[in-house]
Amino acid sequence: MIQHPAILALTIASLMTGLMLIYAGWYGTWILDKWDLHSGSELQLNLERRTYLISVILSYALLFQIASLFLYIFTADNLHSQFTGAMCAAGSLGVNSFGYPVLILKILNCLLAGVWLIINHVDTRGYDYPLIKAKYGLLNVLVPLVLLEVVFQFVYFFNLKADVITSCCGSLFSTDKHSIAGEIAGLPSGPMQAAFFGIMAATVVCGMVFFLKKRGGYLFAALSALTFLVSSAALVSFICLYFYELPSHHCPFCILQKEYHYIGYALYATLLGGTVSGLGVGVLMPFSTCSSLSGVIPNIQRRLAATTLIMYLLFTLIVVWRMLSTSFTLG
Amino acid sequence: MILLTNVTKTYNTGKHNQFTAVDDVSLTVEAGRLTILKGPSGSGKTTLMALIGCMARPSSGRIQLHNIRTSFFTGADSRAPLDITSLPERFLTEIRRTTFGFIFQQFNLVKGISALENVMLPAYPTGESQGAFRRRALELMELFAVARHAASPVEWLSGGELQRVAIARALINNPAIVIADEPTAHLDSKLSREFMEMVGTLKAGGKTVLIASHDPLVYDSELADTVIGMRDGRITGLSGLS
Amino acid sequence: MSTPLNRHSNILDFALSSLLRRKSKNFSLLVVYTLIVFVIASLIFFVQALKREAAQILKEAPDMVVQRMVAGRHDLIPVAYGEQISAIRGVTAVSPRLWGYYYDQVFGANYTLLVPEKNLLEPGSIMIGPGVARNQRIQAGDMLALKTSRNIPLLLTVQDLYPSSSELISSDLIVLSAEDFQTMFNLPAGQVTDLAVTVANPREQVTVAAKIAELFPDTRPILKSEMLRTYDSLFEWRGGMIVVVLAVAVLSFIIFAWDKATGLSAEERKEIGILKSIGWETSDVLLLKFWEGIVVSLTAFLVGVVLAYGHVFFFSAALFEHALKGWSVIYPQFKLTPVIDVYQLTVLFFLTVLPYTAATIIPAWLSATVPPDAAMRS
Repeated sequence: MIQHPAILALTIASLMTGLMLIYAGWYGTWILDKWDLHSGSELQLNLERRTYLISVILSYALLFQIASLFLYIFTADNLHSQFTGAMCAAGSLGVNSFGYPVLILKILNCLLAGVWLIINHVDTRGYDYPLIKAKYGLLNVLVPLVLLEVVFQFVYFFNLKADVITSCCGSLFSTDKHSIAGEIAGLPSGPMQAAFFGIMAATVVCGMVFFLKKRGGYLFAALSALTFLVSSAALVSFICLYFYELPSHHCPFCILQKEYHYIGYALYATLLGGTVSGLGVGVLMPFSTCSSLSGVIPNIQRRLAATTLIMYLLFTLIVVWRMLSTSFTLG
Repeated sequence: MILLTNVTKTYNTGKHNQFTAVDDVSLTVEAGRLTILKGPSGSGKTTLMALIGCMARPSSGRIQLHNIRTSFFTGADSRAPLDITSLPERFLTEIRRTTFGFIFQQFNLVKGISALENVMLPAYPTGESQGAFRRRALELMELFAVARHAASPVEWLSGGELQRVAIARALINNPAIVIADEPTAHLDSKLSREFMEMVGTLKAGGKTVLIASHDPLVYDSELADTVIGMRDGRITGLSGLS
Repeated sequence: MSTPLNRHSNILDFALSSLLRRKSKNFSLLVVYTLIVFVIASLIFFVQALKREAAQILKEAPDMVVQRMVAGRHDLIPVAYGEQISAIRGVTAVSPRLWGYYYDQVFGANYTLLVPEKNLLEPGSIMIGPGVARNQRIQAGDMLALKTSRNIPLLLTVQDLYPSSSELISSDLIVLSAEDFQTMFNLPAGQVTDLAVTVANPREQVTVAAKIAELFPDTRPILKSEMLRTYDSLFEWRGGMIVVVLAVAVLSFIIFAWDKATGLSAEERKEIGILKSIGWETSDVLLLKFWEGIVVSLTAFLVGVVLAYGHVFFFSAALFEHALKGWSVIYPQFKLTPVIDVYQLTVLFFLTVLPYTAATIIPAWLSATVPPDAAMRS
């Protein structure tokens, strides 16, 4: 294990988030079990008070999660000098087999926590706690995932040993390797560009239709999720190349660096934000018939759809601006 | 109008110290009238007022409010009576701060901040802009002749002034119903009479007023439309109009 | 207009006035909080600055150094090795280096003696680091007497001093000519301390190093990148150890914060009861507590960071330099180059604000869930 303040910070943060979520999950199952809105009993009042605590915990947990996602990448980048051959975060994450799973878990947990907060927000607007079951059901999914992340992250850091020969981003994302990352990087940039702009356009059109006519919510949510996946692949496959102006540097982390004006943060923030609100639209679909929410959900869904549209358009705008403004061309 | 049907409130259910503060009460509080709950301390007046004022939920029975507009009941049923019996705290609070103004026995003013801030306090979480409710608070303080104490900390004010500040605070969100719990308990006769005059002003202004008291100055007042007697959590008598 | 933004600004307003009203209680919390931020920030800044200095030193260092090992110890290397090494493909230059240590019995100090690659100095004249100058109480133009290996004094004229800005590197340095070095230590002919190897393409360094090790099994090639990594992990390790110790401090701070947050005075409890009775909701009180926490945290964080910045970069981390730098008679007195970045601030934020926030969530909730009718029934 490498002694590094950032590793300690991440470990402390993940332990705290883990403990907070265990606490929240414990009371969540209790609420699922004992909930009876029509009772004025002290138990019920107690449970209702607990729901406030759980929302607060989850809000903080989401903040911690987002912060730790970026700190994690930043730390991996900072540590690369400790490993022979690693030239940026991509190399450090590849030092052992837990680096990338932790990253994926962190992203997944951020998305889930975001969706949870959307459900929670809607639930508090209905006078009969209409989403209580869905909410605490989702919490029961989120808690084990976060705990898994805590364990994986610990194992990853614990097994970090300096001087291990590792791949650097140049070789990990180089096109002649047969790994998943290599496959993504190797995706031909022409069709990938077509796919990226195609799916973006489809999502935006579908979002407009939903915004104006309130139809196709599920389709829109599915497209948003697909956009997330395709855009991530596109980032590795061709978008990065325009920022680095190098034909073979596919690393998705270096764009978070100062050398590239931290543009990566804008890209990832818009992508994550757009996806969370897009998923939110879909998650709320089954509840829009609920009487206590009939006046609330359509408005929130419209706002979420608008957020997704703005976020995704911003993302596309940054990409297009870069593709047009740089003198670098692919192929 | 407030309608109570077989309302019961039990504390510490299932424990050895279980006790029933309000026992099977049914009554109607008319809009625009002064209703007085009369009874000795411990008769359940305060608990009943807490239930009506959306501070607590009854253990059983129903409480309905008529002609109340809220942000969360939308559409066709806005004219129907609002059943507040099993609403979550979040909604009870919203109804409470838009519909009810409270005057407490101990005044319950926050020490260390100015009288003006105390008056404005109920409006902070409503999301109104501070300028708007500051102006309203000053107008109210003007109305109750405490405007010159606006900037003073409440510790410096006399009993009568505290009472007026408390009334101004109860009115800051322009509620339809004002609830006062033993408002004259800490006032001498002169100040108590003054208080009843102010109640008269409120009533004249179209407010529904509900007072719990065992002070004859209050329940024998000519202003009272209905006097409801209470003992041991039950209604013992009803007098007056309605 | 009712807006969520107004709600936030109103409640923030009240949070500020609440904090100011309870000055004494919040002041002690703020002092401890600031102290924790200050200590951890000083440490992080200091380690980072040292790493930068080390990187600065190594920037000048050759890509690769080849040392000869005898019985597992560093020994002199024949210059003839260098000729064969320069024949390896990819090697652009090989230059022999002369350096060593000298212990001065009179002043009880260790100096580093070094011969520059280019002949900068005439025999008989030297350049010294500021530490040597302080230790020997000499200036440029003065004479310095060193004892050779044959116990004969060698008088050398100080031609110049190194500036104090490079003190971490040059403090104990005496730079002299190759002739004087030979007089001092009397090395066997054709032997030098080690060889500096330049490789044009960084990617070929590892291959070249492997070839050298194969060609001369008694040598040890050391890459600059390895040196850098070793320095880094050394500093991080030392810093990390202290952070672990500090984690205990953070832990006790959490307990302190928890205690402060749960130990609500009767006055505060009453106040929250009043707020709830007049129409504040649980989430409004939670928001109030949230803003209070933000104000306290940001104040402590900013003050702590500014103090730590001054401590590290203007007072050279006077509080714990002994723990992090080696002990030596010639102790460098230097000013670190001020540099902090977002990354360090984020780490610091994680180590201080996050634990505080987490520690106050449950107490805040406990205080916020006073039943609204409590104020009526008291």
